[in-house]
Amino acid sequence: MTKDLKNPPIDRIDGRMKVTGGAQYFADFELPNMAYCVIVGSEIGRGTIASIDTKKAQGAPGVLGVFTHQNMPPIPGWDAPVGGEADGPAPKPDTKEKYRILHTPKILFDGQPIAMVVADSYERATYAASLVKATYAKQAARTDLEKHLAEGIAPGRPGSSDYLRGKADGYQSAPVTLEANYTIPVEVHNPMELHGILAHWTGADSLMIYAKTQGVNATQNAMAEAFKIDPKKIHVHTEFMGGGFGMGLRTWPQETAVVAIAKKIGRPLKLVVTRNQMFTLVGHRPYTVQTINMGADTNGKLIGIAHAATAETASYEDFTEATVNMTKFMYECPNVSTRYRIVRLDRSVPIWMRGPGEATGAFALESAMDEMAHKLGLDPIEFRLRNYTETDPEHNRPYSSKNLKEAYQRGAEAIGWNKRQNQPASQREGDWLIGYGMSTGTFNAFRWEASARALLNADGSLTIQSAVTDIGPGTGTALTMIAHNVLGVPLNRIKVAYGDTSLPKAPTQGGSAIVSAVGSAVYDACTKIKNQLVELAIKDGSPLAGRQADELTLTDGVLFVEKEPEKKIVVSELMWTNNLTVVDKSADSKGGPELGKYSMYSFSVHFVQVRVNPLTGVVRVSKAVSVADSGRIISPKTAASQMIGGVAGGIGMALTEEAVIDHRFGRFVNNNLADYHVAVHADVPAIETIMIDKPDPIINPMGAKGMGEIALIGFAGAVANAVFNATGQRVRDLPITPDKLLRTV
Amino acid sequence: MNQHEHFGDELDSSDSSRRNFLKQSSALAALALTPAAANAAIHNGLDEKLAAAIEQLPLQVDINGTMQKLSIEPRVTLLDLLREQLHLTGTKKGCDHGQCGACTVHVDGQRVNSCLTLAMTTEGCKVTTIEGLGSVDQMHPMQEAFIKHDGFQCGYCTPGQIMSAVACIREGHANNPDEIREYMSGNICRCGAYANIVDAIMDVKQGGARV
Repeated sequence: MTKDLKNPPIDRIDGRMKVTGGAQYFADFELPNMAYCVIVGSEIGRGTIASIDTKKAQGAPGVLGVFTHQNMPPIPGWDAPVGGEADGPAPKPDTKEKYRILHTPKILFDGQPIAMVVADSYERATYAASLVKATYAKQAARTDLEKHLAEGIAPGRPGSSDYLRGKADGYQSAPVTLEANYTIPVEVHNPMELHGILAHWTGADSLMIYAKTQGVNATQNAMAEAFKIDPKKIHVHTEFMGGGFGMGLRTWPQETAVVAIAKKIGRPLKLVVTRNQMFTLVGHRPYTVQTINMGADTNGKLIGIAHAATAETASYEDFTEATVNMTKFMYECPNVSTRYRIVRLDRSVPIWMRGPGEATGAFALESAMDEMAHKLGLDPIEFRLRNYTETDPEHNRPYSSKNLKEAYQRGAEAIGWNKRQNQPASQREGDWLIGYGMSTGTFNAFRWEASARALLNADGSLTIQSAVTDIGPGTGTALTMIAHNVLGVPLNRIKVAYGDTSLPKAPTQGGSAIVSAVGSAVYDACTKIKNQLVELAIKDGSPLAGRQADELTLTDGVLFVEKEPEKKIVVSELMWTNNLTVVDKSADSKGGPELGKYSMYSFSVHFVQVRVNPLTGVVRVSKAVSVADSGRIISPKTAASQMIGGVAGGIGMALTEEAVIDHRFGRFVNNNLADYHVAVHADVPAIETIMIDKPDPIINPMGAKGMGEIALIGFAGAVANAVFNATGQRVRDLPITPDKLLRTV
Repeated sequence: MNQHEHFGDELDSSDSSRRNFLKQSSALAALALTPAAANAAIHNGLDEKLAAAIEQLPLQVDINGTMQKLSIEPRVTLLDLLREQLHLTGTKKGCDHGQCGACTVHVDGQRVNSCLTLAMTTEGCKVTTIEGLGSVDQMHPMQEAFIKHDGFQCGYCTPGQIMSAVACIREGHANNPDEIREYMSGNICRCGAYANIVDAIMDVKQGGARV
């Protein structure tokens, strides 16, 4: 591949299927004799089911079964039922409760499934579910993180331990200091597609699953483990997934339960949860409280940062994320300490949500950087440049590539940063105060192991195969571009098959790692094909016999000598001459040990202009510019879409998204899309995206790094900083709703 | 909550009485069964079959140009009818509460949330779904514009966005980007393709193609 060549924008390869309704998501599949499953959730946040009456439900028309902890079919890979400990003492900090769906009468969170009702139609299952009645022995549910901050425990996990460089209290002696607390509420992924599964036992120990998963291989392995069967006998299909944002990064207990019940009733079984259940059954971004202490000298050089975060998790599972990591390596600073704690509450377990902990942490760090710049009287970009680092201060090694200075500059030009006044609340247009803000984002650039297969046919067409799912970023489109760049096969002659366990193994789509991981495998498989073709082309008897391999170029089905294009051979002829109908190559790809010598990150810079109405407290994002420094851009069109998607998500995170719990009941009060406000059309302005588009020389042969997370990470901070610039009011608790702005007046 | 439970109880009792009625008396007697045969019939679920037959009501509706003569339960929504009975799965379920727009279809040319529309209310109507708007080989200009401007990522909200976008132009609510944003705000896109969707709608509107 020619690394110095920018890629042209191309249409999404699955676009026609998606705009005509032909794309099949898991719930769109229908199987003969299929039954429907509906979940009944608990009405308390902690306690025990005292009684559960399923008689009426069982007698309702079309009902095939009502499953509770009393009659749930066994799941062989799970522990034996726990049972009977609900009234025992509170769990010790080092004792984990277990959550096994429909295995005990114990309730660990509000909305926990207490029954799964199966009927021959969706309407009948839904009606029968309304007939299930339970009574409870109720206990007080601990759901308010703010009240239990002191109960934070250090998660015993690598990467979550306390970090120290220099002195922990190094910030204290600095001439200019800042201490600030930042809060992020519960946010919920809420992809448009509802979670669920369609399971079909095709034999006593063989299974077909249509899943909503970010990794078909992961679902395959989880089910193999749960049902103690050979993974090869489990076929998982997820060609199209209606968004994930992290909620499909694991196999959820209700999926396993559906598979078990499908076996019991001997029919294919489909579950589609309700929107309300999306708030409790498939994870969320955890409520997190952060404190940043920062110290700088009067020239704007950082002297110390201490960053502490405490986040909620479930009583039955420790969830952790990298909330404080950015602080360790983002800026040159001699004294840095970080501390991460979790509190076990009576809540369902969180799961990584786009940008995950890094987005939470970046809001705090980049808000604090803005606050400190203001204290110092410095432009926020200038303050960041004074503390810029070309090497990673956490690991004392170089970055594989970092073009952040260029990103600051180009983004500043695009937003019109020169129109920003450093003095807050000094610009007004009519009734609206105007402000500008910016923030940096960063996320690890990974190179995971992946496999791919490429088949070049004698008719000139190419098929690429990988089990990877495409949850929306345009993975298939990027893989097409990579194959095109290696083999020169025209884009419309390339077909990518993905999202199915019958294809070569791929990692779960997440961590912004897929183009790097699966793209490298595609690159390697295609390179093997090219090498074989070249080898055949230069052997005795061929028109190009005697040429050196590196003299040849392959484009549009023709191998030719680069300096003498008339010396050529058509690939299909070459294949026919050698009795080949197909050249079929597979590759298992992973990074070499040299990767360990570098710190590999993608970077982003977000700029926003906001308009704030001082009378109503309403904040509108009126302009947004997002700059990505994520190596070579493989598919510019879909990459730009990822960036604007991060802006829309970031506007929601900054201004509207908050899942509110009524702590008297431990229950969400806004668990629907009318009351939990994700950004809609009217909230999102035209957006400018800028790609630095310089290949990373280390990470992979394409020079590409991930974009999915950095598109969001930092954006909320940019909005908070712009609101401060517009009003002089600093809101440290997301979302920045009108009441908070008016309260601080 | 209480109200909801109440509602459920009422349904429940009416349901029980219907079933008891069927079990006890005339319906099975009318079939001239002996008591033993009647018991066997109940045991074999014949009462359910009878109940199911009584629960179905006739519906005639034009869907994508084809007149459908159906027999459905009155509680079935247009969305579930399309998806679960007519195999038109291009229309998506995102919330079942009219809050997200993923299920948007046209009924007699008006955009509606099919999840909030009982199928029975479309008697004699013309329903158009994404499958009826255009096909892979013959796309509607709005479908082409969505591809050109990359007005989607995961594609799940896309059929609803497109149906809404077509209606938005037909209604005369697509005269500038701000107006489009206002009149498209009932269609949520969690991937956040809004800016591209607005570009696609502006493009179709300015292109002047008949939508």
